[in-house]
Amino acid sequence: MQAINKYGFYGQIILLVVLVMLPFIITSSYLNHIMTLILLWSFVATAWAYMARFGMVSLGHGIFLGIGAYFPTMMFNYWSFTPWIGIWVGVAIAVATAAVLGYACFRFGLLGDYFALVTLAVAEVSALTIMAFRETTGGSLGYTLRATGKISDMQFSDKRVYYFIALILLIGAVYIWRRIDRSPIRLALTAIEESEIAAASLGVSVIRYKMMITLLSAGLTALGGALYAQYVTYVSPDTIAGVGVSLSVCFKAILGGMFTVLGPFVGSTIIVALEEYVRISMGASFLGLSQIIFGISLLIMIIFLPKGIMGSMSLAISRKLNRID
Amino acid sequence: MLEINHVTKMFGGISALADVSFTVEDGSFVGLIGPNGSGKTTMFNVISGAFPPSQGRVFFDDQEISGMKPNAICHMGIARTFQIPQPIKSLTVAENVMLGAVFGVKQAVRRYDARRAWDEARQWLEFVGLKMDPDSLPGMMTAGDLRKLEMARALATRPKILLADEVLSGLNRDELKEASQILQKAREQLGMTIIWVEHIMHVLMRLVERVVVLNHGVLIADGEPAEVSKDEGVIEAYLGQN
Repeated sequence: MQAINKYGFYGQIILLVVLVMLPFIITSSYLNHIMTLILLWSFVATAWAYMARFGMVSLGHGIFLGIGAYFPTMMFNYWSFTPWIGIWVGVAIAVATAAVLGYACFRFGLLGDYFALVTLAVAEVSALTIMAFRETTGGSLGYTLRATGKISDMQFSDKRVYYFIALILLIGAVYIWRRIDRSPIRLALTAIEESEIAAASLGVSVIRYKMMITLLSAGLTALGGALYAQYVTYVSPDTIAGVGVSLSVCFKAILGGMFTVLGPFVGSTIIVALEEYVRISMGASFLGLSQIIFGISLLIMIIFLPKGIMGSMSLAISRKLNRID
Repeated sequence: MLEINHVTKMFGGISALADVSFTVEDGSFVGLIGPNGSGKTTMFNVISGAFPPSQGRVFFDDQEISGMKPNAICHMGIARTFQIPQPIKSLTVAENVMLGAVFGVKQAVRRYDARRAWDEARQWLEFVGLKMDPDSLPGMMTAGDLRKLEMARALATRPKILLADEVLSGLNRDELKEASQILQKAREQLGMTIIWVEHIMHVLMRLVERVVVLNHGVLIADGEPAEVSKDEGVIEAYLGQN
């Protein structure tokens, strides 16, 4: 384990240096845009995996993305309320929503598949809500952020600013993940996942720890959604709320490996890149092809590499190192 | 002192416990016996807060604990082991015990220090005589070792009362001796009150001071082992003729 930690540490330092330098090396604004999207989705997928790795697989994170994206955008368009503060209002509303939904689920002991199903319904409700208020939200046609180009409105002439904001967020999410690993929260949530009754009998407050990780995950997801909206300047129920985006966040994390801190990043990189490639090479001739590819690859992944790409890789490496030792 | 006051527990139309009352004095060693399905584990579940009684109340140190959550009851000083050991398989042996040490003692989680918690866990593993690498996973443990881990974890919560649920079941002769010695050690060295559910009568009757007998959820005898083993009702319901 020591050896792999050491390699992992150097690997992460190199990765960080590369990520910091990348936007200065690659000047294509299109590629920079793709890289920013990768980092934003990595951040969201990491936040999603906070819960999923402890057995709380939410298929409804779209609601938090949607709240985070819509509230600051609408507050800005209607009231000229600066997104610098509006974003945090969105995050707060998402956290409050998560508190209500989470408490309802945990109080009645919804576990595993049942929890996943309820959250799936929640995602659908979030998209329907946006469409129901179509006069204010733009409905299924979406909604465009008013352009001012002012820094006070969180709009930057250099688009790379968002790349670095996303990078800082991702580093923050990775850092929190590691802090959780070293804290008793990991012990509590692992125990709760395997046996709530055993955990409770040892003094673990089951609901408190489940709520803690749920609120954290929801808040960070909303933050990701908010920045996505500010960056892309366009929101719609298909792209940032609802079932589709909820599932695509799960795909990213599962593909990369939701039990490994860099798994969601690896998964997001592959999926966003592939999506763009398919979109450009196929164009409009075969809409939905990327979805079909992901569906099939997810099936194959879950059967053959349940720990995801990063999880399986680190397992293979540690086996190899142990053999040499 | 633990007081069980007219406790009834219904599951649908079936009463798993029917108006059961008894008290357990501090420092005593009580056996809770009866045939399968007589309500022994249900009694443990009610005391430890896994579910509330349908009627009646449970008091611990003059405070009502019936209706409290299991984690709160654990903080009050009541720990339990499970009939079927429930190790957390993706935590190491030491981490399993750390759970008890860190979360079982009120406010201890605020003072969390990984190193110290690990040391404390190791001491409890030593106390129960579990000789294995504390950093290994509990996946491949023997039945005897699983029982020891279960007890180490419960003891780490520093209980005043230990509810030991069939800690001898499935063990071989040597393990049997070791496991019952742990209970005695907990009692002698830590001054713990123990309520022990067990089917292995010859070991239980030798160690406990008092026996409470349940049958079909009804308390049918309560007294010293020697008296109870001569009780006609108990012989008929459970012990059988020898």
